[in-house]
Amino acid sequence: MPELLQVKDLETNFRTNEGIIHAVNGVSFHLKAGETLGIVGESGCGKSVTVMSMLHLIPSPPGKVVAGQALYAGQDLITMKDQEIRHILGAQISIIFQDPMTSFNPVLTIGKQLMEPLEIHQNIDKTSSKERAIRMLEMVGIPNAGERMGDYPHQFSGGMRQRVMIAMALICNPQLLIADEPTTALDVTIQAQIIELVKRLRDELGMSIIWITHDLGIIAGLADRVMVMYGGLVVEEVPVVELYSNPQHPYTIALLSSLPRVDELGHRRLASIDGLPPVLLEKPSSCPFAPRCQFVIERCLSELPPLLPVGLDHTAACWVDPATGKERS
Amino acid sequence: MTTNGDLLVIQNLVKHFPIMRGVIFQKQIGAVHAVDDVSFSIKKGETLGLVGESGCGKSTTGRAILQLYRPTSGHVYFQGVDLVQLKGKELRKVRRSMQMIFQDPYASLNPRMTVGEIVGEGLFVHQLSQGQESQDKVDALLEKVGLDPAYANRYPHEFSGGQRQRIGVARALAVNPLLVVCDEPISALDVSIQAQVINLLEDLQGEFGLTYLFIAHDLSMVRHISQRVAVMYLGTIVELTNRDELYLNPLHPYTQALLSAVPVPDARIERKRQRIILTGEVPSPVKPPSGCRFRTRCPLAKQICTDQKPEFREVAPDHFAACHLV
Repeated sequence: MPELLQVKDLETNFRTNEGIIHAVNGVSFHLKAGETLGIVGESGCGKSVTVMSMLHLIPSPPGKVVAGQALYAGQDLITMKDQEIRHILGAQISIIFQDPMTSFNPVLTIGKQLMEPLEIHQNIDKTSSKERAIRMLEMVGIPNAGERMGDYPHQFSGGMRQRVMIAMALICNPQLLIADEPTTALDVTIQAQIIELVKRLRDELGMSIIWITHDLGIIAGLADRVMVMYGGLVVEEVPVVELYSNPQHPYTIALLSSLPRVDELGHRRLASIDGLPPVLLEKPSSCPFAPRCQFVIERCLSELPPLLPVGLDHTAACWVDPATGKERS
Repeated sequence: MTTNGDLLVIQNLVKHFPIMRGVIFQKQIGAVHAVDDVSFSIKKGETLGLVGESGCGKSTTGRAILQLYRPTSGHVYFQGVDLVQLKGKELRKVRRSMQMIFQDPYASLNPRMTVGEIVGEGLFVHQLSQGQESQDKVDALLEKVGLDPAYANRYPHEFSGGQRQRIGVARALAVNPLLVVCDEPISALDVSIQAQVINLLEDLQGEFGLTYLFIAHDLSMVRHISQRVAVMYLGTIVELTNRDELYLNPLHPYTQALLSAVPVPDARIERKRQRIILTGEVPSPVKPPSGCRFRTRCPLAKQICTDQKPEFREVAPDHFAACHLV
């Protein structure tokens, strides 16, 4: 499969009163056409900032992309003018956000908001764009789609609003859908509905997806490949099945064993990760997870580990082999 | 009222919030049926999990038990005493034995009080200790929850979410309570921090023999921490049983759907699982459906579910469910 997206050494800073926060510190990844990539991490690990940086959606100032490339279909998104990226956003790359209430315009009907991208990007007349909008609403499972075109965002419930958001994101048939924690604000039964819907639409429309989440459960049924982030760095990149059966970075291992499972029998004590995530006032020069890591060796405190190959399509940024507890040779 | 080992017995608890119209001449035009006819009991030293989706009335139940909301009707027996009948001084006396840990560690600590004042306030209010003695007690509590006592003079904004939740735990423990209502104590925290707080709660329970009512929407965490679990839907309890029984042998169609909707963090298992995808959304509690409240979304609903309210009954030993079809 050809590469759809190739991100290289992306770095993003935020200027704050306390100093410069190094939110993303050299992130590289790639995405093939039709593939679903999961980005997992806790709040502040840089997962959203990574994606928003390449789409010029970081508020600037205080944010600034200081280095890196993001090649999409051969063009670098980072150096593109804002004007140019607007032709791509909504047409070829679409985003669904976490909070559907704050991502709609509250004073426009959802019909108007659904038709807007069609009118901007595809230059088609009102009648056919209205038809497309209604068809899209039906596709995401909104009952009485024709009538609901005239409703305002507040007249929809949380789950329905997220469906409308998905309809809006997919209306121009994008090649890449970016989902930034789209189900975090929803209840589990509604979350299951939305995930089923996205999976169905992915198979019907054949798009690539980048799914950002902190939930290691959601990603299990959805992604082909997973990227685990910590402290503004990618610490592990792994095919989804191996993420759970053979995690190689101590952070991934600790995270998985700190999760209770709904299919768990009996009672075990949860493994907790002591300490707190790092405050990124300096660009990490050693492993950012070292202060909380149970496998830590001397080298971890002085040298930043690069992503090392640890298996087929599997890389981890760690000096230590967690199976032996010794340094990787 | 005999208690036979039950610390807390709740009988037919109802809480309706009136909907008013008019500014000066107010008139009630309806009610939000937040909690409708809920009964259960908690044994001493036990953890009862209360799960359900947002708006199902689980937090209202917790607050009505502590009399933070006065129930519309029903009884809450705590150590055999009906709290609904108590007022003023008498109620305040009992409140010492019942504490709460709140969901949002950013909103539940007074930003103008130091950590020491927050944790020590209960000691002062209930006149349990004063001066140096109270200070020593606060230091000991902070240490117990894993915070440095030197932090006692700092303000809440200087702490992270997980640390604030520890402060909330210390505050609850200060007055030596018997019952602690934990209202979603971890849902605002990151995954790696959640385990820290849960382990702390478990340790403290073992040490002080605490009884927990653990309210949450995270079914995996509830399974982990509870001995018995009650599932709520739209103001009523639909199923209540032992933890493993509920997860291995759920009888109510809502429990079944809820459990199947929770993703399992393991790709091999997750991809093989059969999901029951519920259609539609939770109806409004202002006008709940007739008969069984789940019938509008239930894949198995029959005529009887519309006509008759299902009785909450013991369908197997220690396994209660409210459904016509089990």
